Amino acid sequence: MADPASALLAPYKAVLASRIRAQRSYRASFALDLGSSLLVGLVELAEVWILFHNVTVLGGMSFPSIALVFGLADMAFALADLACGHCDRLPTYVRAGTLDVFYLRPQPLLAQLVASDISLRRLARCPVGAAALGYGLVAADVQWSPATIALLAVTFLSGCAIFSALFICAAGLQFFLINGAEMTNAFVYGGRYAATQPARVWSGALKVVFGMVFPVVFAGYLPVLRVVDLPSPHPFPEWAGWAAPLAAVWAWLFAIACWRCGVRHYQGAGG
Amino acid sequence: MTIIETERLTRQFVRRSRGLRRSPGRSRSLLTAVDDVTLRIEPGESVGYIGANGAGKSTTIKMLTGILVPTSGRVRTCGLDPVRQRRLLASRVGVVFGQRSQLWWDLPVRESFEILAAIHRLPARAGAMRQDELVEQLEMGAFLETPVRQLSLGQRMRAEVAAALLHSPELVILDEPTIGLDLLSKQRLREFLVAERGRHGTTLLLTTHDMGDIARLCERVLVIDHGRLAYDGSLAGLSRTVGAQRVLVVDLTESLPDLNDIPDTRHLGSEGNGLRQRLAFDAEQTTAARVLSAVSKRAEVRDLSVEEPDIEDVVRRIYSAHR
Repeated sequence: MADPASALLAPYKAVLASRIRAQRSYRASFALDLGSSLLVGLVELAEVWILFHNVTVLGGMSFPSIALVFGLADMAFALADLACGHCDRLPTYVRAGTLDVFYLRPQPLLAQLVASDISLRRLARCPVGAAALGYGLVAADVQWSPATIALLAVTFLSGCAIFSALFICAAGLQFFLINGAEMTNAFVYGGRYAATQPARVWSGALKVVFGMVFPVVFAGYLPVLRVVDLPSPHPFPEWAGWAAPLAAVWAWLFAIACWRCGVRHYQGAGG
Repeated sequence: MTIIETERLTRQFVRRSRGLRRSPGRSRSLLTAVDDVTLRIEPGESVGYIGANGAGKSTTIKMLTGILVPTSGRVRTCGLDPVRQRRLLASRVGVVFGQRSQLWWDLPVRESFEILAAIHRLPARAGAMRQDELVEQLEMGAFLETPVRQLSLGQRMRAEVAAALLHSPELVILDEPTIGLDLLSKQRLREFLVAERGRHGTTLLLTTHDMGDIARLCERVLVIDHGRLAYDGSLAGLSRTVGAQRVLVVDLTESLPDLNDIPDTRHLGSEGNGLRQRLAFDAEQTTAARVLSAVSKRAEVRDLSVEEPDIEDVVRRIYSAHR
């Protein structure tokens, strides 16, 4: 008899395993996908590098520190994208009736949506983030201690959770917005972009959106400030650098609320 | 236990007309898709649910399965509240949508079945046995390893039906299961459903535009029109109410004068100098075989077809009869 946890997850494992097999069976297309993802990752890194080619310090950060921010946030985003990136296909699922099919299966809808696919090509993004992170860790003025290592690990995991929540939020909102993928993408990919930049240069509105509502600033910038020992910008206190898990919990509460509202709207309760 | 029970079930949709600003009186209108429908379906029944496009069939099915919340009224399926107890219900109901797929288009049929067995958490042995049974009954052995996207429509529908029945549901809802199928595939599917019901006592509820499906599968017919239940009773009663007749079209090897005197039929017309003749008959009074043998005595029949009464026509007649 299998242990309870693996029995619980058996339906999702079955779907995901099949998705992985299916993607690998179209080799040429898979290789192209990997290549293009890698290219996009490199372009985005190059963008940051070009910016710093002209100014040596931006928002109080040097290039190695910002590489650290970029690496942390980008890798977390890539993993979240791998797991949940297909959630923005929800409108297609609604139109094709796939969502109705989810309703007819004895599993939670959101779990089915998340498990319905996995975009392996996003794996190609990870080396870019990893390289930036590695470079940052070596070149930046990192205050090494067990606490630093713990901070980086906790931040990375929380970052994955925050970006995943962002995708779920977007999916929930798309129940309301017809062809809303464009708008929600602005937040999701805008969030990713914002997370790889020093938040000190943000305007007040951006600080509210990406610092509080979609708390991506906790996935890279604020913790890195602690790692390289720089002051936190107003209005974030120093301890906020350690607050990524709190931000992740908030992001998930917000995401699940969005999803619930979306499902309610779809079923027409009180409509 | 009653399998399906609805009481004054109603569903309205809000239609927003174009225009960004909501000005009172013109921005919203209510569309009642299902209007005050009360019905009971007992275990083992086989019920046809018919109506014109947009009459409210799909909306009803979505409320029965928990996809849509009723605006008012009550609904119980398998004794459960479909919205609140959706997951519990999902393991007791199987739904086949003729126009949307629950298979994975890029996977072989067998793998789709295996995933579904895992999703329904079927015990390994029971799942395998059920799969074998369905593969045999629906004659799917030849294409079990074929990716779904390469299947013909007839093959895909058989796979869809098997997918919906894999977890041995007590209620099977079929939404236009024979749409687009050729005669032979339709026939096979109907035979399978009759046999499946005989073996397991499954309750069937099907929507269709094909009177043939109703005639061969259903003992009871519900007609919905503009969201309201317009008829609930036997097929025979329906035919009596609306006089829905089937038409036998025979192609003869030689020209004959109009066949006006075949018992229990009405001659509708002849083409090609009497080479093709159309005879209307009532399934209550005679059978296609009997009409055919009467015609065969006059001349050799080269080819034949049977035209079913048009559902839209049946519904229209019911509607006018009720006024």
